[in-house]
Amino acid sequence: MILKPRREDLKIIGFYLGKIILGLALTMVIPALVALCFRELNPALDFFVSIEISVLLGLFLIKICRTDKDLNWMQGMIVVSLSWLVAMVLGAIPLYLSGHWKSFLDACFDAMSGFATTGLGLVQDLDHLSYAHNLWRHLTMFLGGQGIVVIALSFFVRGFSGAFKMYVGEARDEKIMPNVINTSRFIWLVSIVYLILGTLALGITGVLSGMKPVNSFFHGACIFMAAFDTGGFSPQSQSILYYHSFAYEAITIILMVLGALNFKLHYHLWMGNRKELIKNIETRTLFVTVIVTFSVVAVGLAQTGAYPAAVTLLRKGFYQLISGHTGTGFQTIYAQQFGVDWNPLALAGIISAMALGGAVCSTTGAIKMLRIGIILKSFKEDLKRIIMPERAIVVEKFHHIREVFLEDKLARSALMITLAYLILYGLGALVGMFYGYPFLESLFESTSAAANVGLSCGITNTAMPAMLKITYMLQMWAGRLEFMSVFTILGFIFASLKGK
Amino acid sequence: MKKFFGLIAIILFLSLINFQAIVFAQSLSSRELISNAKQYDGKLITYSGEVVGEVMSRGEFSWVTINDGENALGVWVKSVLAKEIKFAGNYKERGDNLEITGIFNRACANHGGDLDIHAQSLRKVSDGGVIQEKLNFDKVRLGLILSGALFLIWILILFKRK
Repeated sequence: MILKPRREDLKIIGFYLGKIILGLALTMVIPALVALCFRELNPALDFFVSIEISVLLGLFLIKICRTDKDLNWMQGMIVVSLSWLVAMVLGAIPLYLSGHWKSFLDACFDAMSGFATTGLGLVQDLDHLSYAHNLWRHLTMFLGGQGIVVIALSFFVRGFSGAFKMYVGEARDEKIMPNVINTSRFIWLVSIVYLILGTLALGITGVLSGMKPVNSFFHGACIFMAAFDTGGFSPQSQSILYYHSFAYEAITIILMVLGALNFKLHYHLWMGNRKELIKNIETRTLFVTVIVTFSVVAVGLAQTGAYPAAVTLLRKGFYQLISGHTGTGFQTIYAQQFGVDWNPLALAGIISAMALGGAVCSTTGAIKMLRIGIILKSFKEDLKRIIMPERAIVVEKFHHIREVFLEDKLARSALMITLAYLILYGLGALVGMFYGYPFLESLFESTSAAANVGLSCGITNTAMPAMLKITYMLQMWAGRLEFMSVFTILGFIFASLKGK
Repeated sequence: MKKFFGLIAIILFLSLINFQAIVFAQSLSSRELISNAKQYDGKLITYSGEVVGEVMSRGEFSWVTINDGENALGVWVKSVLAKEIKFAGNYKERGDNLEITGIFNRACANHGGDLDIHAQSLRKVSDGGVIQEKLNFDKVRLGLILSGALFLIWILILFKRK
């Protein structure tokens, strides 16, 4: 028998959702202050109005649903799911008020794309967007990359057991520290340190490339947030091509790779355990998959002859590949060039890289390296079983921070999530084809949305059907939260309708 | 007679070359250039649009970004010519409108494979300028109403506490 959710469940969900909304409102103060610094009056108003709406909604939920009870698993998962949807709507308000988005749906698309660190965008006339709105676009990536709930856990929640349930709901099942709140704070510490270093590196490179200092460091901060959080937004419509700088490309590659690494691995590297980088199954798998997918891309591009010089083929091919594999979405080519200059083989290489993604407990989306590594190890184990005598006991191990025995439970879980992602990529491609887009382009864009990448071959634009926009938004949401929280909320809705 | 036909052939050939130059000298859109990059690769083309971002000086040459409303293309231009640019488009400024004539590169060998234009000449079509920002009073009103609602809630909370 399915039980209908109780009033108490709704109260607990509403209370914690209210707290997260207040946290989100606080983050909007940053672009509001930037607007005032740059004397951008209307953008300042946009954020002022958005903060007020968020605070009103947050306070309303906290007052109406006041409770001192802790979250259970189901409630924790639903709070996470809903908080991402509410963040999308509230985060879209300042964007829509700017007048640079044609509809509120378009603004919601970009807000979801930002929070889910995807990078697909429907912004109009980006080159004339204010500093404040540009910062907000990139800040949504920084917040979403670390996790919206992680923000709340770090600053608003003081030690309660429900914290772990929300943390897991945000597709982070690895604790770096014994306490989940300290883990959240460590994630922030890593991110802030890299933010300072990354902004400095990009800012100085920008100045040396002929940019004015203020603009250069502003771009540096924005590009850092989009690179480390594997988001892919950029302050100019040309993405990274705007800078025409090899140094800029090299720095962003480093940042994208850093963002694609597990925060737990960062912790061990910070503690001086550098061997972990070489031994870890995720970095090893990433190394192999980058080589394999890049080989496919390189052969494809060599066939087309779009880049006659080997150096340019390497630079263009490798950059888009790393950008796709880490789930970032920066481009040094135009979206149309994927369709014109890249042949199906090169596109297949990029799609595969996008589908694989980076490490678990990182800022990337997609299937992720740990699962790919586990699946490959399982294949190896099964092959060994076939080859070796029946009486032989086959034991497979892998190194992920510590030595782990490969159990059937682990392999099953990895395969389940992989299958769910493959279905998600396929469903989006079907919707694209339904609206008349070719198969490969539809699969490209769908994989890019569901794996939270942001590379585009040109399908994503304001003229695309509203249903396709909604499909990509749902893909970004489900892909970012890795299904569990999404399934829980669907179950919750079903129980509300059919339960007794 | 042979000489006459020879002369006609040479004239026709030269006019064809010239015709091609005229065709490409007509201003092309960024979409046309990107979508048919192979066709225009290495050809003299004309492209026009608004200067956006900022002029990035790299010594003797500079990068200028020109947006025609659909896409922005990078133009590699002599810094002496780039000095003519007074406004580059951003939130507070409307950039100068330029017409560039130059060689289009599908994958420029000098610039890491970038799709770009190496400008030979630059003509300012119209001047840019500062955009006067007008305060949106609808937003001000909305902000004030919401402030009132927040103030009311604050008072209610204070009352409840007492």
